[in-house]
Amino acid sequence: MDLQTLGQLLNTTLVFSTALIFAALGGIFSERSGVVNIGLEGLMMFGAFAAAVGGYYAQDAGMGAWAPWVGVLCAMAVGVIGSLIHAVASITFKADQTISGTVINFLAAGSTLYMVKLFFEGAGETPLIEGFRKVSIPWLSDIPVIGNGIFNSYPTTYLAIILVIVIYFVLFKTPFGLRLRAVGEHPSAADTLGVNVKRMRYIGVMLSGLLAGIGGATITLTTTGTFAHNTISGQGFIAIAAMIFGKWNPVGAFGAAVFFGFSQAIRNYVQLFEWSRSIPQEFIFMIPYVLTIIVLVSAVGRSSAPKALGEPYDPSKR
Amino acid sequence: MHRLKKIFATDSYIVPLVAIVMGFLVGAVVMLIGGYDPIAAYSALFKRVFGSPYDFGEAVREMTPLMFTGLAVAFAFRSGMFNIGADGQVLIGMTAATLVGIKLSGLPAFLLVPLAVIAAGLAGGMWAGIAGYLKAKRGINEVITTIMLNWIALYLSNYIIRNFLLLQGQNRSQDIPASLSMPFLNDIFDNARIHWGTAIALCAALFFYVYLWKTKQGYEMRAVGLNPNAAEYAGMNVGRNVVKAMFISGAFAGLAGAGEVLGVFHYQSIFAASPGYGFNGIAVALLGLTHPLGVILAAILYGMLTYGAAGMSFGADVPPELIRIVIGSIIFFIAAQGIVRWVLKPFYLKRKKEKVL
Repeated sequence: MDLQTLGQLLNTTLVFSTALIFAALGGIFSERSGVVNIGLEGLMMFGAFAAAVGGYYAQDAGMGAWAPWVGVLCAMAVGVIGSLIHAVASITFKADQTISGTVINFLAAGSTLYMVKLFFEGAGETPLIEGFRKVSIPWLSDIPVIGNGIFNSYPTTYLAIILVIVIYFVLFKTPFGLRLRAVGEHPSAADTLGVNVKRMRYIGVMLSGLLAGIGGATITLTTTGTFAHNTISGQGFIAIAAMIFGKWNPVGAFGAAVFFGFSQAIRNYVQLFEWSRSIPQEFIFMIPYVLTIIVLVSAVGRSSAPKALGEPYDPSKR
Repeated sequence: MHRLKKIFATDSYIVPLVAIVMGFLVGAVVMLIGGYDPIAAYSALFKRVFGSPYDFGEAVREMTPLMFTGLAVAFAFRSGMFNIGADGQVLIGMTAATLVGIKLSGLPAFLLVPLAVIAAGLAGGMWAGIAGYLKAKRGINEVITTIMLNWIALYLSNYIIRNFLLLQGQNRSQDIPASLSMPFLNDIFDNARIHWGTAIALCAALFFYVYLWKTKQGYEMRAVGLNPNAAEYAGMNVGRNVVKAMFISGAFAGLAGAGEVLGVFHYQSIFAASPGYGFNGIAVALLGLTHPLGVILAAILYGMLTYGAAGMSFGADVPPELIRIVIGSIIFFIAAQGIVRWVLKPFYLKRKKEKVL
């Protein structure tokens, strides 16, 4: 494997990781505020659908290179609306959070395809749109391997990497982040100190919808170009795994997402390795998942979820 | 006290019933927004399910794996775990049944069929047991392990089928001679693929109920599910209960796999992606309030709706995906019971003044 292929592998890895990074960051906001979000899959579906439809109409209206950004905006909006269903059920009506997250997955799978058929005369998928183009960053993209690998990528990939740093800062270095985490660790203590628990949790869940929406949009706008029933197929669940793997920390989740992205990318390149031809392809496909379990067993140890995760907050039970 | 009990008892079925009605209403509203006729659509749905003996039999066939996976998810839930891995457990169960069914095909049927079924249950149970073991020993979140195990199961099954059981030139296994079909019922239902799996599923539900509520072991399991710390303090072995609960949960899912390959298809396909049994199982478990009787009823409802949805699209041109909106809404209203109670409040106040909602 030469250096150029290595750069390409790195590039593909980041492209596949991008959606996972967004969704995992979204999951962190929700779960740090104490609300389990099993609905990331559905929220990504909402986002992917909205981006495909929004991008299509924006392209139709002649917005050219701005059309994908319109798609992203639509995805953000629809993701937030979708997450509100989860928020209302689990925060206001104190429903089991796992259940209301599952509801999101169901409603998303049903309603997006229903709307695709409604908008596009019974078609099973949205029309193909152009999506984002790769942007090379001058100077930096000339560096060997890394230049082609990192600095010649989609704008969404850059955005995801920047957001990891920003969200890390927001969560751990700002009063807002402290309050959000407090609400997820010990809501009644936070309440005593004057933090509005319900409001913080609403914000956490809505941010998760926003980010997972962008994650879904990334898939239609960079990888597939359309939205169909199998566009998301398990990415949301992988994002949940990345979030847990990364211990609810943006940087950790980023690492895990890149790991999963790498494992998806390696499939495209595995034929290049001489030694791999004797191994059945199924075993190569299995590697990332087996490796995840091995890493969890050997290194990471007990996962440290926010303490109040999954508990509806009831002020009268203090 | 007695009166209070009575209210809770009625409540436990009124809320789901109202939630179902509200779910259908949401579906109707969505259809109206899309410019469809909800009455025509719903009647086409029910006509599809009850219209002919064949369709009714096929609807029953559709319900069977839902019963198993619903029970699997519900059982884990009762023991305090979230089993997202029913999908992988079904696949492993399928593969075990196929493997035994083809490799031991020389055995007489009365031995071969039970062997294949037992193999499926054991394999599914052990697959889920891995997640249970890792949780018990290392505290690793079962959500992440079961997701990973789903993918591993998919590729492992494909590997086994492709390398040991492949029908030359096809993307599926050879035909399995062992069969769970019920020839006498198949005749009555116009060759609908009804099979013994349905009866096994009902037995599994009975086992679920008796085990959890009538045995000491089941009591421990529920205790661990409700509060592992308290259970530990009371001297129960939490880890062992976690592994056992996951094993039983996975065994239910594995049996679903046996039903599908031995009763319905008589071969196993190479799947490109997860077949989605586990995903439906979660919905069924939640619809059924994680109670075995509820799960059976929920599987019947869910099976009817998904099977009937195809009729809806033929009869009224409504996209069959609509049914997921209906199911999602029903689960939503069951979960957020506050909303249902709020809708019911005026009725309650008229009947029982003393009931505080």
